[in-house]
Amino acid sequence: MIALLLDVFDTFRNTLDDLAPIIGTLFFFQYVVLKQPLINLDRILIGLFMVALGLTLFLVGLEKAIFPLGDTMARQLTDPAFLYAAGQIPTYLWQDYFWVYVFAFSIGFSTTVAEPALIAVALKAEDISGGAISAFGLRMAVAMGVAIGVTIGCFRIVSGTSLWMYIVVAYVVVLLQTLRAPKIMIPLAFDSGGVTTSTVTVPLLAALGLGLASTIPGRSPVLDGFGLIAFASVFPIMTVLAYSQFSAWQERQSNKQDKEG
Amino acid sequence: MNSILVSLHQMVRPLLGALRDLTPILIVIVVFQTLVLQQPIPDLGSMMVGFLCVLIGLALFVQGLESALFPIGENLAHAFANKGSVAWLLLFAVLLGFGTTIAEPALIAIAAKAADVAAAASLIGSDAAAREEYADGLRLSVAVSVGLAILIGVLRILRGWPLPYLIISGYLLIEFMTPFAPPEIIGIAYDAGGVTTSTITVPLVAALGVGLASSIQGRNPVLDGFGLIALASLLPMVFVMAYGLMVLG
Repeated sequence: MIALLLDVFDTFRNTLDDLAPIIGTLFFFQYVVLKQPLINLDRILIGLFMVALGLTLFLVGLEKAIFPLGDTMARQLTDPAFLYAAGQIPTYLWQDYFWVYVFAFSIGFSTTVAEPALIAVALKAEDISGGAISAFGLRMAVAMGVAIGVTIGCFRIVSGTSLWMYIVVAYVVVLLQTLRAPKIMIPLAFDSGGVTTSTVTVPLLAALGLGLASTIPGRSPVLDGFGLIAFASVFPIMTVLAYSQFSAWQERQSNKQDKEG
Repeated sequence: MNSILVSLHQMVRPLLGALRDLTPILIVIVVFQTLVLQQPIPDLGSMMVGFLCVLIGLALFVQGLESALFPIGENLAHAFANKGSVAWLLLFAVLLGFGTTIAEPALIAIAAKAADVAAAASLIGSDAAAREEYADGLRLSVAVSVGLAILIGVLRILRGWPLPYLIISGYLLIEFMTPFAPPEIIGIAYDAGGVTTSTITVPLVAALGVGLASSIQGRNPVLDGFGLIALASLLPMVFVMAYGLMVLG
């Protein structure tokens, strides 16, 4: 308990340094450039205290729960005793890690599909597309994108292949899609990559990747451990563009039928 | 005192929000632990305390942002987008990008993790000071790059530069830099793009973009306002690789 309190106190002092630039910027522009006093100053000060305390508790909690959890899951899912029956000789082939991929897919999908930021973006997209894009369809597209991205990212760690190669291919696909997709959807697609990786998901993915890289024979955390978040950010762009291309195609088909009929 | 009670009352909604962030993770893990792995989680008690900290911390953080930082930031973003000198607007854009990124929780956590891993691989010294220096260096590179990205993004909105060309040149720069960057930095560099655009950066930067695009005639807030985030996830990759070249290369 005392160790926890010391930890909280120590983190709190660092947190104040972390928050200083943004608070300083806002107050400088408010008071020096705009020359307007803030109304409700006491409310704002309480709010700032909550930000600092909240950030502190969050960081302490990550260290105690999310990081160990991601690490434990990675270790248990790659434990030879779990992968191979007694007496079977461990081969450590990529297809032996079936449950790693299922876990990666489940985490990617479930953390994304209910993300509030995504729901808001999806509703906005339905609005501007005049209903051609459904909010539900877009949410599914993003969630599938994150799920597929994290799964392929785990396969990359298991197989030890180069991150660069995957990202080059992903970028080329995204660029080709950008040329063909409806213009109005492009900024939304690029944003969906950013908004989906929430503050809780990012540390969990990092811990999972580092855990996998440190338990799978032949992998090193420093070379193979990072990269899952990159996959989780690029793949939704692809699936959202694909979904909007599909919607546009579907609309053209039904227009054609209307004309013929 | 009254305002504290009001704040506490308002805590219920962000608490539910934080719970919603955590629930899917917990469900997936419980299902895997009971059905697939059938193994106990070590140190469960300490983990529960940690989860409680994450839950309350996230709720306090979000509620504090919404009651203090976001209103000021959005008000300023609109004020500078609508009138005032371009010079102040650009300075505001840079500092906003920098400041929000330094305060981004996920980036703080990931940078510390990257420093631990680098120390374990003897790429940097293993004492606390060396790890802190490396983590701070990573975060500063990302924050400077986000500040610059927001600056370019604001100029783009003002001048009407097309977004696709900027994104394509960003991609090309990243791909050409990667073979020269130390292999140990590439993973964290590519991750940095996704980490920066999160809880605190997105709402403030989006407010600036949408405010700016709607104050300029003939601009579509949806098309022009959004590109800021896309740029803010590209440039960090370039800058973190450059940092890697400097420190590890």
